[in-house]
Amino acid sequence: MKPRHKRFIFIGLGLLALAGASMLILNAFQKNLVFFYTPTAVANGEAPKGQGFRIGGMVEDGSLTREGDGLTVHFVMTDTAKRVPVTFKGILPDLFKEGKGAVAQGQLGADGTFLASEVLAKHDENYMPPEAAEALAKAKAAAGAQTSSTLVVNPR
Amino acid sequence: MIPEIGHYALILALCVAVVQGTIPIYGAAVGNSSFMSVAKPAARGQFLLVLLAFCCLGYAFAVKDFSVLYVAATSNSQLPLHYRIAAIWGAHEGSLLLWVFILTIWMVAVSFFSGHLPEAMRARILGVMGLVSVGFLLFMLTVSNPFERLIPAAFDGRDLNPLLQDPGMVIHPPMLYMGYVGFSVAFAFALAALFGGTLDAAWARWSRPWTTVAWCFLTIGVAIGSGSAYYELGWGGWWFWAPVENASLMPWLAGTALIHSLAVTDKRGSFKAWSVLLAILAFSLSLLGTFLVRSGVLTSVHAFATDPKRGLFILVFLAVVIGGSLMLYAWRAPRVGLGGSFSIVSREGMLLANNVLLVAALGAVLLGTLYPLFLDALDLGKISVGPPYFDTVFVPLMTPAIFLMGIGPLAQWKKASLPELAVRLRWAFGVSVATALLVPILMGHWSPLVSLGLLLALWIATTIAVDLRERLTRTDGSSFMGKLAMLPRAYWGMVIAHFGLALFITGVTMVKGFEVEQDVRMNVGETATLGGYTFRFDGTEQYRGPNYIAARGSIHVSQDGRDVTVMYPEKRRYTVQNQTMTEAAISPGFLRDLYVSLGEPLEGGAWSVRLYHKPFIDWIWGGCLVMAVGGVLAISDRRYRLAWRRKEVEVPAGTQMARQTVS
Repeated sequence: MKPRHKRFIFIGLGLLALAGASMLILNAFQKNLVFFYTPTAVANGEAPKGQGFRIGGMVEDGSLTREGDGLTVHFVMTDTAKRVPVTFKGILPDLFKEGKGAVAQGQLGADGTFLASEVLAKHDENYMPPEAAEALAKAKAAAGAQTSSTLVVNPR
Repeated sequence: MIPEIGHYALILALCVAVVQGTIPIYGAAVGNSSFMSVAKPAARGQFLLVLLAFCCLGYAFAVKDFSVLYVAATSNSQLPLHYRIAAIWGAHEGSLLLWVFILTIWMVAVSFFSGHLPEAMRARILGVMGLVSVGFLLFMLTVSNPFERLIPAAFDGRDLNPLLQDPGMVIHPPMLYMGYVGFSVAFAFALAALFGGTLDAAWARWSRPWTTVAWCFLTIGVAIGSGSAYYELGWGGWWFWAPVENASLMPWLAGTALIHSLAVTDKRGSFKAWSVLLAILAFSLSLLGTFLVRSGVLTSVHAFATDPKRGLFILVFLAVVIGGSLMLYAWRAPRVGLGGSFSIVSREGMLLANNVLLVAALGAVLLGTLYPLFLDALDLGKISVGPPYFDTVFVPLMTPAIFLMGIGPLAQWKKASLPELAVRLRWAFGVSVATALLVPILMGHWSPLVSLGLLLALWIATTIAVDLRERLTRTDGSSFMGKLAMLPRAYWGMVIAHFGLALFITGVTMVKGFEVEQDVRMNVGETATLGGYTFRFDGTEQYRGPNYIAARGSIHVSQDGRDVTVMYPEKRRYTVQNQTMTEAAISPGFLRDLYVSLGEPLEGGAWSVRLYHKPFIDWIWGGCLVMAVGGVLAISDRRYRLAWRRKEVEVPAGTQMARQTVS
């Protein structure tokens, strides 16, 4: 085998491996993207059914209730415009509090309740998760747009 | 007054860094020896100045000088002294100071251990490091000055983030930074070689020990970060694929690839251009890691800076360093040449394949980490990329890499024969497959991933055994121990580091396959059973720490009626920031950890409690430690010690070749 041929095989194999790896990566990437929706978007039915996503906003004051097992909790996630009931079984993170921002990951149930598999709250008392902050800001912008003019404004 | 001295020292350090970054490089270009000799004293002077600044900041923390903004923001009068000192790197400004301080430590080390280098090379290396230092000092002095005054002074400080008030979290950043910044040496070596156009085996031999030292620190740093997350966050997880963790994993992957590529360049003269590229990549990712974590781009406990000016400076700095060095690479690398040729089936070929796989894995992590940030920055929506992505990608990419890792050390350089390798390794393969299939069945739960994980770990271990046996029969020596001692330390280093990876994989596999967890509501006196252990909740009591109040639960653990231990998980409330923290209780063991953390108080003295049984979890960090030990052994190899000692003479090529045949 001449060195030129050898190099050719090398490059061919390398490209093949690279293509395989890229396929694998991009495929996995696409399958595992988790999108984020605001409570308004969820209430308007924009969120996908039967597929996981994230929802962020404020935990409504006084909405947290606990079932008899001490583990299953219900609360309401809101962006001040719309409300989405959330159910979660497990231990809530340290920083989860009513009236504070939170992000939950899970699926939408048939009755419109968000079944959370994971609840995230960030490790800073005054800190609002950016997703939650954005949800609130969007709702505010939408409300402002509706009252001030008749134009249909895309909140983004 | 003291903080002003620190500030002034930083300004002086910047001036010295500018001199260090220009005059020696210019001197090396025109061949002026007196210009080049500026590098050494400049590096040492800079070290002393930054040390002074570091001590000034430490002093401000020690005496609770809340007229310094940074001190007021990250400490409190109730915070114990050791955490006040650790608070130096508890937030953005101070961690940058720590970064520069460590950079100057590496500079001084280079200035002391570079006697065997040509003067132009040393001048260029220290010059490049000086330029990096200029960037960081400029950043600190313009937009994130740790000595900024707060007028009027605060009555008391805002306290250190409670999450960072923990021994693991205290040593994690310095370790990690020793690794990150250590790659700046390899980077400086690479750039110096590009400047000089002399990229030969000697260059690789010089940069190898530096790279390995940095890699050892980084390995330990990442392991400590993972371990602290495990016991500090109270969730029992040891790796979350969070962006902050990925930020430290990416340089580690690049560094691992670099170590192996440098080995080939050193021994065979191949992979030259590739090694240089990896050195640039490793340091670029270290910079990216530093800034991703400390700049507020990432939303987590680590993020502090939210000032857009800082973000802009960081982006420009990254662009200059990464873009500049890649341009230099594109311009000069063709001169470097590709090095010796080799067959596809050869040790070089396998190391190359391994390198490509490591870099592919690195690319996958980079994509998963940065893509959400890009989308967000361009306002195209918010997404997140969860652990399932990384898990799906990492396993298929690492499986062939680890398979090759077993074969590589047994294959010949230049050209190896596959059938011959197959014959030599048939026992190793058979034993690994049989054991990997049987063990999970014996443990009562078979799954393909568990078997795969065990297979990989066993494959590493058994191929090491085969390799050792073959080498020992080839080595002369009177006794078995004598033969063992004959093998070079660099070889032992490799064996031990690879074995560490086997331990690590075993830990990961067993935890993923056999861990049991339970969230349960427990009344006082109630019991729960998990993994063969019975946990009895004996209630909680209140107590007061230096800057927090806590509820401490006691949980009595027994197995088959015998007492095992009593565990004391805590729920703390740090009063200054009014932040609640879960302190898990862990009963560690060689074969399993028991892990208990308190959830929330419920009515009647009951608590929600989280119980875990985690088999082999300590092997994960143990494996990392063993890997680092392997690295240390490799650096202590005879050839490097000789290199330090012999300052004037270069190693003649002949002896070098002779030694290669041994190792």
